[in-house]
Amino acid sequence: MKCVIRSIAPVGNYLHMVLDAPEVDEVAPGHFAAVSVGGIGGGMLLRRAFSIHKSTPGESIEIIFAPHGQGTQWLATQTAGDVIDIIAPLGKPFVLPRKPISCVIVAGGYGAAPMELLARELRSRGCRVDVVLGAATQEKLFGVLDLKGVADSVTVTTDDGTSGVRGRVTDVLPELIQKNNSQAVYACGPMPMLQAVAKVAQDNGAFSQCAVEESMACGIGVCMTCVLPIVGDDGVTRMARSCVDGPVFRGDRVRWDDVHTVPSDAFGAPRLGGH
Amino acid sequence: MAVDLTASLGSLQLSAPTLTASGCAAAGKELAQFGDVSTLGAVVTKSIMMAPRSGRATPRMAETPSGMLNSIGLQGPGIESFLENDLAWLRANNVTTIVSIAGNNVDEFGELARILAKVDGVDGLEVNISCPNVESRGQVFACNPISAAQVIETVRSVWHSDAPVLAKLSPDVTDIVEIAHSVVEAGVDGVSMINTLLGMVIDVDQMKPMLGGRTGGLSGPAIRPVAVRAIYQVHAALPHLPILGMGGIRTGHDALEFIAAGASAVSIGTVVFGDPGAPWRIANELGQELQSRGYNSLSEVVGLAHQN
Repeated sequence: MKCVIRSIAPVGNYLHMVLDAPEVDEVAPGHFAAVSVGGIGGGMLLRRAFSIHKSTPGESIEIIFAPHGQGTQWLATQTAGDVIDIIAPLGKPFVLPRKPISCVIVAGGYGAAPMELLARELRSRGCRVDVVLGAATQEKLFGVLDLKGVADSVTVTTDDGTSGVRGRVTDVLPELIQKNNSQAVYACGPMPMLQAVAKVAQDNGAFSQCAVEESMACGIGVCMTCVLPIVGDDGVTRMARSCVDGPVFRGDRVRWDDVHTVPSDAFGAPRLGGH
Repeated sequence: MAVDLTASLGSLQLSAPTLTASGCAAAGKELAQFGDVSTLGAVVTKSIMMAPRSGRATPRMAETPSGMLNSIGLQGPGIESFLENDLAWLRANNVTTIVSIAGNNVDEFGELARILAKVDGVDGLEVNISCPNVESRGQVFACNPISAAQVIETVRSVWHSDAPVLAKLSPDVTDIVEIAHSVVEAGVDGVSMINTLLGMVIDVDQMKPMLGGRTGGLSGPAIRPVAVRAIYQVHAALPHLPILGMGGIRTGHDALEFIAAGASAVSIGTVVFGDPGAPWRIANELGQELQSRGYNSLSEVVGLAHQN
């Protein structure tokens, strides 16, 4: 759908874009939007996927992005009033607890984009919400103030110590889980961080839900590009699509060590000699 | 007066001129949120194999100028699950369906055709003898006129159905006309062209090929002139052979080029990844392109570029 850009503004190292989106109804935390880049007839055919930061149903959605590649750099040159094409909401969002349990939200960099929405949902269900936000350096943190307004606590870590605790999110996570008897950990960020968070959660007896980051071509489930090995309820590993089967997966179901490979015991894996 | 956009591929009549392209629309179901799949010319399914198949390691995709490179490697559920789930869905939704098949060897193509000949809801067969995403280039049957013909003869011998058999051809050959002649002699009712071109992108930070499969298939508007040329050549040599054209079609104007070169209908592939509504949009645009040029029907334009 065509959306008019309401505003685009820098936030630290990122850009915050607000779009008129009258056709987008309910957005759940973890849903993503797929954005066309490069303009009509341009050389970039594939959409860029961004988790939805906020939404007002029937009115607007907001995304956060880092102008790292050619597509996002083009997006960064767009201004208020310009029209871009999006498909949203897409993907399977975070699964929310039925009971008012204690939860931890962990995010790396702009992986924090969907987390204010998630924190609000959890709080509205009576959950305790503790947040850990990590980044390489202060400018790469996102959402600290907003999340402080929603969560019971916010802990910040930076690799270089420019803000909060010097170190990684997983340095502070075990103590937080233990202190608050947290039962669920929600995470979004780079894959190595997710892997580490899923392990800490498991080691401390908590469930984890991780929004993974895999490069996508279509975002709607037809191209089979964004797959990763996921263990199903039946114990069988399948190459699941992060766009429609995810992007949120149970942390204990992702075969983190085997991401970017096809494990030999995966469903339909090549027999000896390859395929 | 509205332009007549009906099309045909041999005995198969199509209510619309645009089809999906194999590998670019799964088995159609995911596109249903973007349009009525039963109004497409047909869904051409992702190539189905006998056994379930995981596909290749990731990264499986690299965006390239006006295109993309993929090394998916025919990930799919296998024929049994396909019949039970995908074909059942297509039938329940009255979708015209061309099933694409791929085999590890000649016998497997025959086995797939034998199974599909016995079930309802298969309106055509596209024999994928040209997928570049296989470990062995020897498996690209379409690169050799003899092995291409062997596959088609085997399929033909078990295909007791009026539904047309199309051979999907690779442009990565010295003379595509020679391959077309050989599959025609082996008994195809038409050809689908073109499949992707074999390519590579290198990640110079990691100093290795970017794709998990190292090489991949190049698709998208970047290959469109190659497709138009190949269709033009084959239509010139075999003017009565039905051609399903594909290769980077993005607009109705692009589709008209394919029709004028000799295609009877077109498949919309890679562009669907960025624009899932493209097969419907392009059909509308094609109607406008024809109307603005004073044509009354699609069929009168097939191969017209050969007259001048």
